[in-house]
Amino acid sequence: METQELEQNAVKVEPAKVKKMMLILSKATIDNVYACFILANGARMEGIEAEIFFTFFGLEAVQKKKIDHLHVATVGNPAMHIPTLLGGLPGMESFATNMMKKEMEKLDIPPVGEFIEILEASGAKLWACKLAMDMFHLKREDLVDEIADIITVGDFYEKASGENTHLLFI
Amino acid sequence: METTIAGKQVKLNEQGYLTDLNEWNRDVAAALAAEEGVELGEEHWPVLEYLQSQHKQEVPLTIRNVGKSGIVDIKGFYALFPGGPLKKASRIAGIPKPASCI
Repeated sequence: METQELEQNAVKVEPAKVKKMMLILSKATIDNVYACFILANGARMEGIEAEIFFTFFGLEAVQKKKIDHLHVATVGNPAMHIPTLLGGLPGMESFATNMMKKEMEKLDIPPVGEFIEILEASGAKLWACKLAMDMFHLKREDLVDEIADIITVGDFYEKASGENTHLLFI
Repeated sequence: METTIAGKQVKLNEQGYLTDLNEWNRDVAAALAAEEGVELGEEHWPVLEYLQSQHKQEVPLTIRNVGKSGIVDIKGFYALFPGGPLKKASRIAGIPKPASCI
């Protein structure tokens, strides 16, 4: 009886919308990098704020020297459907990566460097992890210009404050 | 759903997009823009016309190809249609919502 009354009196509340996506990219395999970028860009396209924290191997995606040389993993990746020994042969990673890049170009998915430019233009904020920078002996000038700053984990959590923020580790 | 926008009888789908581009005119665009919180100025029209022409040529719309159009860059596109430029601009242009992730 009481439950029924409560249900009748309940005001319909609109579900809260996602306001901000905080993505953490820790890997440099090209499929992970694209997943992260497409999620960030897709958020901006929906009017959702987006920020990316590049840490550990994720930093490869924003290093000037590495940006055009990211690969898909052909070993230890069962989704490739090729025998592990074959995947380890010289040139296999490049071959598989080129195949993937061709398919992506058909879908108008930009190369990594151009994608970073698009993200910055869309208002997404890109941060580099201080600890990982120190660990890999990297300097600011090793990174692309679109990186807004080098920050700590604490700084990143600070930026995540506010209602309806979601954090995602890739 | 049939409704009247800016004095014109139009058909909208359930997401509020025009189902027939022939029913579009600049007054309808201005009214749709107001619903999206956008006040149309001189800079908006070339972008809307570009989206319509791409749609007529059946080119799938992406943020990237708008950025390469030579009409507006990506930063400018976000500034003209804040809070979701591709879907808002498409609605104002009277074309279907793009099913694009990029």
